[in-house]
Amino acid sequence: MQQRLEAGADRRRNGVNWQVLTPLVGLIALFVLGTIINPVFLSPINLFNVLTRACFIGIIAVGATFVIIAGGIDLSVGSMAALLAGVMIIGMNMLVGNVDSALLTILLGILLALLMGLAAGALNGLAITRGRIEPFIVTLGTLGIFRSVVTYLADGGTLSLDFGLRGAYRPVYYGHFLGIPYPILIFAAVAIVASVVLHRTRFGRYVYAIGSNEQVASYSAIDVRRIKTLTYVIQGLCVALAVIVYVPRLGSASGSTGILWELEAIAAVIIGGTALKGGSGHVWGTVVGAVMLSTIGNVLNLTDVISPYLNGAVQGVIIIVAVFLQRGRK
Amino acid sequence: MKRAMLFMTLVLMVAGAAFAQDEQVKIGVSIPSATHGWTGGVNYWADRAEGYLEETYPNIDFVVVTAGSSGEQANDLQDLVAIEQIDALVILPFESDPLTAPVAQVKQQGVFITVVDRGLVDPSIHDIYVAGDNPGMGRVSCEYIAERLGGEGKIVILRGIPTVIDNQRFDACMEVLAETDIEVLDSAYANWNRDDGFVVMQDFLTRFPEIDAVWAQDDDIAIGVLEALRQAGRTDEMFVVGGAGMKEMIKRVMEGDETVPVDVLYPPAMIATAMQVTAQHFAYDAPLLGEYILDAVLITPENAERYYFPNSPF
Repeated sequence: MQQRLEAGADRRRNGVNWQVLTPLVGLIALFVLGTIINPVFLSPINLFNVLTRACFIGIIAVGATFVIIAGGIDLSVGSMAALLAGVMIIGMNMLVGNVDSALLTILLGILLALLMGLAAGALNGLAITRGRIEPFIVTLGTLGIFRSVVTYLADGGTLSLDFGLRGAYRPVYYGHFLGIPYPILIFAAVAIVASVVLHRTRFGRYVYAIGSNEQVASYSAIDVRRIKTLTYVIQGLCVALAVIVYVPRLGSASGSTGILWELEAIAAVIIGGTALKGGSGHVWGTVVGAVMLSTIGNVLNLTDVISPYLNGAVQGVIIIVAVFLQRGRK
Repeated sequence: MKRAMLFMTLVLMVAGAAFAQDEQVKIGVSIPSATHGWTGGVNYWADRAEGYLEETYPNIDFVVVTAGSSGEQANDLQDLVAIEQIDALVILPFESDPLTAPVAQVKQQGVFITVVDRGLVDPSIHDIYVAGDNPGMGRVSCEYIAERLGGEGKIVILRGIPTVIDNQRFDACMEVLAETDIEVLDSAYANWNRDDGFVVMQDFLTRFPEIDAVWAQDDDIAIGVLEALRQAGRTDEMFVVGGAGMKEMIKRVMEGDETVPVDVLYPPAMIATAMQVTAQHFAYDAPLLGEYILDAVLITPENAERYYFPNSPF
């Protein structure tokens, strides 16, 4: 026990740096590989594509970082994203005709998504902390519930945003400020706020403490249940933010929206150096992890050297190697 | 113990209900759950056909069940036989191989079998077979592309999910293209969904400065492709051929959209056709056994209206 604590302290001393830097080395290696495979990789358009795509998983993974550091897990995020996107689209379509301004309709839609994210996160969190059910089971349950509900709402098909609204909302995904696409700016803002909350506040320290040892945390007068519930609420809000950026891309949602996003988000968190057992981790590592995942897909699309049948295998190898290299460093 | 008793009572009640309807014909319909646009359409048409067929044939009762995987579907089959005591089974198998044995077992119980879309490995099992034309779909799509491009040019292909259906479509297309000077720059899987269609097309657009046409193989993929073209501002450079007959795409064809000149039919409504033929078999004892292959029709602005169903979710 004593040894483990010391090791933890060590890691923190020169620590924060290493935790972020090791995944970054992996990402740089991947960029070099991408450039060798096809120089087009480094073109600004392609890099913006890669970063913009990383935003959905990235924003969700930032929330997952809180949940996982606190020793929990949320498997429902992909389904939650589909449900939120569906409800948001239905809500905004209903407002068309009742509300004159498209801007107001969109703002109300965004508010609806945030409230739904808050509610869904609170549902997961309360069932886990108050209901004392394993997070794996609760979120496996809500994974099924959320996806079925959106499939039901969509009548098994696709929910599409009103055509007029789509034009007004489109810039949130496709527009840019000073040449940088909005989704990237939103992703950056989410990451900055999250890293301040996690690394610079008392709440953040409590999250780590609970993940390291829940009992010790509770003896130290930390309101474990409240903090844990809040991590799921943060996760819900992050899913809502991802959905707010996702909906304007294609203006539609269906039962197949966000399938397996939970695995990608968890993978981004782990690639970023957060321990699945909780207690340690870093928001910026997660950001790098998410960008890495989206880069792998992109690099594979830029070459036909590898048979498309083997894409999944290549992805798997890169993910395992990336995490292995980090373990080696420590 | 009490709960076990309650459960047994429930089981007996269900079984009793099944006995009571003995004169009725019960047809089980087993389909994949609505995980993407096309299966969503299958669910819609199964539901619709259940409504109008039960009205037309009062002594026929349909039970529709949906499954999320091959294993789940095999379990459904057991339940349909044991609990619902079906007289006939209309099945759109999740996958051909794993479901061949389970369906054969149902057949051994004396159940009438109608197979839809994905044929079983042993074709002697089915009494009726209703399907779209997968090789036909690939052929018709690429014949159109070849003709429109005058036999030369550069295209990219976005495939579905690695399955037999996908291979049949792809191979038939490549056979057509082999006769021409058309170069396939690359093909990649877009998993029959919009998001992947968007992402894969974005990368093709960065990689290839010159593309004359896109075969998207499915309308959901095509929607993603169109959005990627719009983002890159290259909508006018090429045309896109999708497939299946999604209402949004048919509408664009109907309106004479330059980028979406045609669509190739692979109708989810085939489940309704299969249910109809099976119902008629029991209602009239008509000699309807055999195979029904629905054409992969080329949908053009001239005939698009016939294939436009605004109320369908697909």
